[in-house]
Amino acid sequence: MRLEILDHGHRMHAKAIMALIRLFSGHAVVDAVKLAFYRPDFYGGGPLTHEAMRGESDWSIGDRELMAAYVSKANECPFCVSAHSATSSAWYGDETKVAGTLTDLDTAPIGEPLRATLRMLGKLTQQNSVDADDIRALLDASVSPQQIKDALAVALAFNITDRLANAFGFTVASPGAMNAGARHLLKRGYR
Amino acid sequence: MVEIARLHRELVARVLQGNGKAAPELRRAAFDNACLSEPIRTLIEKVANHAGRVTDEDVAAVRAAGLSEDQIFEIVICAAVGQASRDYTGALAVLAGATDEKLQP
Repeated sequence: MRLEILDHGHRMHAKAIMALIRLFSGHAVVDAVKLAFYRPDFYGGGPLTHEAMRGESDWSIGDRELMAAYVSKANECPFCVSAHSATSSAWYGDETKVAGTLTDLDTAPIGEPLRATLRMLGKLTQQNSVDADDIRALLDASVSPQQIKDALAVALAFNITDRLANAFGFTVASPGAMNAGARHLLKRGYR
Repeated sequence: MVEIARLHRELVARVLQGNGKAAPELRRAAFDNACLSEPIRTLIEKVANHAGRVTDEDVAAVRAAGLSEDQIFEIVICAAVGQASRDYTGALAVLAGATDEKLQP
C-alpha cells in the first residue's frame, strides 16, 4: 500500500490478531483488513458498513453485496469489485448472475426493482447526484422508500471504502484469499 | 438499518473532531475538498473525484511537503467520507422531496 503504516504500523494487539488470521485462514491478510485494524478509533468504518450490509432490510444480503460490487465497479475499484462479487456470488450460490449484472445491467438475470436500484446507485456514484426523476423511476418499479434509503446506505459505505482502497493502493489478493474473505464476510460481517 | 443515521453522524464527528495528528482545519478542508494548497489539493481532489487515479507520486509529494503518514491517512479518510457524505445526504433529500416525507436528521 502507499502508506507504510497500513502494512506495518499496527499496534501489538492488532498485529497479534492479524497473525492469527494468517494462521487460521491459511492466507495473507488482505489490505481491507489491514486498514480496518489501523487506528480504528479514528476511522472505524466497520460498524457503519456492517449496519448497511447486515442490518435489517428488505434487501437480501446477496442483493446488498451485489450493490456493493456494482458501486465499486462504477468507482473503478478492482479490490472491492472482486471482494463483493465473491461475497454476493457465494450468498446467491450463482456466479453468473453477479458477473452478468456487472457486465450488462440491462440484460442481467435479476428482478426489476434491483435493476432499477443498481442503475440509480451507478448514476449517483459516477455523477455525485440523482434527481427526482431517478427516484420516481424506483418508486414506479415498486421499490419502497425504505428500500431506497437502505440502498443509499450501501452506496455511502462503499463510496467511502472504494475511495480508500484506490487512494491507499489496495492489492487484489489471490482468489483463495478473496474467497476466504467472502466466507468471513458472510459468517461474521464487517464488525 | 435503524442505526445508520447515528453511525454516519458519529463517523463524520470522529474524522473531523476526534483525536488526530492533522489539524482540524486541514481535516475540514480535506472533507470539503476546498481551500487547499498544492500538493495536498491535487491528492484530495483525486480522492474525492477519481480516486483510481491517485498515484504514488501524489502521495510522495504530500509527504515531501512535510505531512506524516498518519496525517496523510487522516486527510485521505476525510476526503473520502466528505464526498460520499455529500452524495448520500443529497440523494436522501431528493428522496424526501419525491416522497413528501420529512427528512430524518
